[in-house]
Amino acid sequence: MAILVDKSTKVVVCGMTGREGSFHTGQMIEYGTQVVAGVTPGKGGTDHLGVPVFNTVKEAVVATGANAALIFVPAPYAADSVLECEAAGIPFVTLITEGVPTLDMLRVANRLKANGTTRLLGGNCAGIITPGECKMGIMPGHIFSQGPIGMVSRSGTLTYEIVWELTRAGLGQTTCVGIGGDPIPGTRFIEVLEMFENDPATKAVVMVGEIGGTDEETAAAYISKMTKPVVAFISGRTAPPGKRMGHAGAIVSGNLGTAQSKVDALLANGALVADKTSDVPGLIQSVMSKIGAGV
Amino acid sequence: MKLHEYQSKDLLSRFGVAVPRGEVATNREEATKIAEELGGNVVVKAQVLMGGRGKAGGVKLFTNAAEAGEFAGNLIGKKLVSIQNPAGMIVEKVLVGETVDIAEEYYLSVLLDRAAQKLLVMLSKEGGMEIEQVAEERPEAIVRLNVDPAWGLCDFEVRDAVLAAGLPKAAQSQMAKMIKQLVKATIETDAEMIEINPVALTPDGKLIAADAKVSIDENALFRYPDFQSTQSDSAEDPIEAEAARRGIAYVRLGGEVGIMGNGAGLVMCSLDEVNAAGGKPANFLDVGGGAKAERVKSCLELILMDDNVKGLLINIFGGITRGEEVAKGILEGFSSLNIDLPVVARIEGTGAAEGLALLEGTKIVPAATMQEAAQKIVALTR
Repeated sequence: MAILVDKSTKVVVCGMTGREGSFHTGQMIEYGTQVVAGVTPGKGGTDHLGVPVFNTVKEAVVATGANAALIFVPAPYAADSVLECEAAGIPFVTLITEGVPTLDMLRVANRLKANGTTRLLGGNCAGIITPGECKMGIMPGHIFSQGPIGMVSRSGTLTYEIVWELTRAGLGQTTCVGIGGDPIPGTRFIEVLEMFENDPATKAVVMVGEIGGTDEETAAAYISKMTKPVVAFISGRTAPPGKRMGHAGAIVSGNLGTAQSKVDALLANGALVADKTSDVPGLIQSVMSKIGAGV
Repeated sequence: MKLHEYQSKDLLSRFGVAVPRGEVATNREEATKIAEELGGNVVVKAQVLMGGRGKAGGVKLFTNAAEAGEFAGNLIGKKLVSIQNPAGMIVEKVLVGETVDIAEEYYLSVLLDRAAQKLLVMLSKEGGMEIEQVAEERPEAIVRLNVDPAWGLCDFEVRDAVLAAGLPKAAQSQMAKMIKQLVKATIETDAEMIEINPVALTPDGKLIAADAKVSIDENALFRYPDFQSTQSDSAEDPIEAEAARRGIAYVRLGGEVGIMGNGAGLVMCSLDEVNAAGGKPANFLDVGGGAKAERVKSCLELILMDDNVKGLLINIFGGITRGEEVAKGILEGFSSLNIDLPVVARIEGTGAAEGLALLEGTKIVPAATMQEAAQKIVALTR
């Protein structure tokens, strides 16, 4: 068991023939992901990396039965690509592209929510991986391992950092979900926590947040209702207020969205909060033995 | 990207918002001429993107054009220093605008509401300098209104908001119109925020934007080539301005440990670790995904433009970014930039072994973990 993606996931890659798209599609195929189609307008009918390329997402879905999409198209066209996937009936779309205008994401997120047929993950995210089954994203596959830990994170490289610690400590993962660092994410912490809560294979959850926005605080209120333990890490604890740290998402303003307000909210609702990335495996081991789910 | 006041007012007037007459000047003659055309009752405002510019002596009222011109001439080229910006900024342009008679001051802004995933309009009868205090002590004095992304604002919502804010009759319909203009401007220029504080009600009952702050979403700049060309001017720090020109995510923080890493989350975490080890980070710098040696070198060069830097921490978790490319960039940087500072490098993930092998036998100190790297660099820069 896992959430969102598994062995049966058939992926269509939008923007597959570009530089990034090509490299990562190759890596995904090597990992064992079922990449069934690529889409690049004007290149329909050709093959790339042994995968058929179509002009439109609709054609790709009809011909291959793709049920998930991964988007690499450049930022100015990314919103259009998400909506094309929705119109083609794809239920799960991951947007890797970084730098999509916020207003585009605002419109896309609201439209997807209103229609209710497609879930978007990202943008500006590393993607999603169910170790050993499906890698749909840009993460280095070899650092992940199978096991009982669910992970959700706003940051790509920080996910790698912590997953590597978990894997070396013998703590494998059910699914690792990168929700991305943008101000308007398609999928939010609380939604992923709900999925892990309902996934029988997931025994504990690692949540990696950062300064900016209040989604960690909102998620914290849900954690108090969960039966599964949550270990959290928040980066940007020492970031000066008002400074923008690369991620459009990492903006602190006033007292809202500071690392301290997130840590306080998480602790108050029963999550454990690691001070350092290297403390995460130890905290997970302690909560796992408490609930009798030895690893 | 923050726009200057004169750019903000130009932008707002394009959408029909009433703004004081005025123009930007780059020397005394221009300023005098504008002040004459406006009849001599003018305010001269330094166009620098820093807080506290009024207290720093960058804003002054005049009743005759010659004095206004003289003040402007002296101000241009001068460095303004404020509590918010101790390093100071050189004034290159001034705005010479007509003086606005103010009977009442209101507050109006449009910005992104991340929690609701909608735009948010904020309106208050109590505008002016103390708005942040009002927000903290009496949040109910600020009326909040979310904008539906598909429908925009309905007339009834705007009317309700204006009434709820308790504005006098003379201002009501003008404010309703201004709110709609601001939302339109936000959407059509991809603004992150538009703030008018104060919105002035003049003694003869006209509503006018006495000041304006507009910030444009940098991700949307490709739609606005005019703004794009002035992007590097808007940085508040010369190294940040250079970083903007090079397309590097860099923020200057004032400490002595230069930091380079990949991915915003990991870099922020590196800053936290340096602080935890008792050091002070000099900067935030994200090399970005898939950085090649040339870019790594360019990043090193940028970090070293800051004279406070006494040592470097490099923290890379390879994914798309390859460890050996980073190592090559570090070595190229070392030889061409004559780096004579302690450097600690932690390289993990894709290409880590190859990268570390390249650094073997050099002065660069390797570290196995981010925590160890932070402790080592802090010890070396003490």
